[in-house]
Amino acid sequence: MKNEFIVIADLIEKDKKVLDVGCADGTLMKFLKDNKNTNIRGLEISKEKVQECIGKGLTVIEGNAEKDLKQFPDKSFDYVILSQTLQAFLNPELVLDELLRVGKKAIVTIPNFGYWKVRLHLLFKGTMPITKTLPDEWYNTPNLHMCTIKDFFYFAKSKEIKIFKSLALNKLNTSLINDGNLGVKNLFADLGIFLIEK
Amino acid sequence: MNTKENIKTLVIKKPLKLDCGKTINNFPIAYETYGSLNTNKNNAILVFHALTGDQFVTGINPVTKKDGWWSFAVGPNKAIDTNKYFVICANVIGGCMGSFGPSDENPETKKIYGTDFPVITINDMVNAQVNLLDHFGIKKLFSVVGGSMGGMQVLQFVSNYPDKTKTAIPIACTSSHSAQNIAFNELGRQAIAADHNWLDGKYSSKNIVPDKGLAVARMAAHITYLSKKGLQEKFGRKLQERDDLKFGFDADFQIESYLRYQGSVFVDRFDANSYLYITRAMDYFDLAKQFKGNLSDAFINTKAKFFIISFTSDWLYPTQENKDIVIALNSIGADVGFVEIESDKGHDSFLLDVPDFLSALKHFLDKSYEKN
Repeated sequence: MKNEFIVIADLIEKDKKVLDVGCADGTLMKFLKDNKNTNIRGLEISKEKVQECIGKGLTVIEGNAEKDLKQFPDKSFDYVILSQTLQAFLNPELVLDELLRVGKKAIVTIPNFGYWKVRLHLLFKGTMPITKTLPDEWYNTPNLHMCTIKDFFYFAKSKEIKIFKSLALNKLNTSLINDGNLGVKNLFADLGIFLIEK
Repeated sequence: MNTKENIKTLVIKKPLKLDCGKTINNFPIAYETYGSLNTNKNNAILVFHALTGDQFVTGINPVTKKDGWWSFAVGPNKAIDTNKYFVICANVIGGCMGSFGPSDENPETKKIYGTDFPVITINDMVNAQVNLLDHFGIKKLFSVVGGSMGGMQVLQFVSNYPDKTKTAIPIACTSSHSAQNIAFNELGRQAIAADHNWLDGKYSSKNIVPDKGLAVARMAAHITYLSKKGLQEKFGRKLQERDDLKFGFDADFQIESYLRYQGSVFVDRFDANSYLYITRAMDYFDLAKQFKGNLSDAFINTKAKFFIISFTSDWLYPTQENKDIVIALNSIGADVGFVEIESDKGHDSFLLDVPDFLSALKHFLDKSYEKN
């Protein structure tokens, strides 16, 4: 399983109620269910992925996060997870508001556009960066709103979103991000993980 | 209409107060079962049939000699695996396959009920069928499953008996019959009423049937079960056993011939008055109304795990209406899964060989059963 998922799972206590938005094939859901006794639900837009989740015995709702989060009542989940999808929404700000309305806390992960490989790719090749976490070409990428770890930090601040914990991921290395090392982490992490609350 | 010797019936002694205010008692419920009930009695699935279905879910229907209406989904190793589950299905009251219905004789008048039969509702159907659980000594079903009107019964069942099932699978249905649904049903009823053989429902006394009216009702309804794309692909403008148009009103087109055939075979197996009563029950179905307009309240007391399925090309009970049920369940934190299956086969998709649908149904049941 991806290191990202292990880090996310570590942020969640046992026996919690969790919604995984954009749960894909349910790998993280299944892990949480089996290891943390999580009461887990998924929301997923792809019919094929929904079928895979059902095949794993997971409770999943086929739907679109931008439209279908509104059906969940305020604070109806302990945690809402959004893994590497924020940048793909038409209106990420709205989705983030919804995540924080539906969940008591939210765990959001973003592919970091400030990662040094991304920066070098653009600087030297002069073409849109392609990395392990950003594998698509500019014309077929689902990512509409790329941001950096720094961008997310500032964005959260401006929206008065509390960041409980932020983690920088680089391959198998996980480290805490704080105001002091933000610049460095923004350069060396390819993924940012944020535990937030409003 | 039916050969009674092939029909198992349970006579319900307990009086049942109907929504219309009348009380019925000592009435028959015709049912069929498949598979076997395990010793813990926790593997039973109650299947609810749709408008023109009956208790003969799978295998050869001993009355019509045709395949059961859900043969694709129910049977050994199928989605609803009868090697594993004990499947029960009852003919709805108001029906014509052995359950208490308008073609029965009224013991007081010694005449066939016809339109003197009380108007029944989805709620009444469910309240009648729950007696089967007592009959088999089942405290809690593993699942209640049904498509179309069967799905409505699933919703009503869980609402009425929140502790009597572990899982619930409403398929291609709605929590409230729309104006369009009512309109199509009314078209069917008026077709029957316009047949001069109908005689205000007393046709049995003259030994005739309003077969033309009933056939037209079936033809109109059949169109609503298919999608435009499905019809176009299957029939297009293809001609029926002729090289050119005949400039008359015979069935020039294959689609005309197909609909006529559907109408003609239907009248052999279905009672016109039953058609009136059952369509009426569907029209009266409005689960939210039973809870002062709040659909969520219908499910507030249940811990049942729901799995709701709709089909992309179903315009009779479209995805949005199925999703409204999902939304109502989510708003009370119920355990609900939902999938919309891609299919060109219209509302009928749930009855047909649609692999994505059948595998989703199987996976949901089997995975839920593992934790039983």
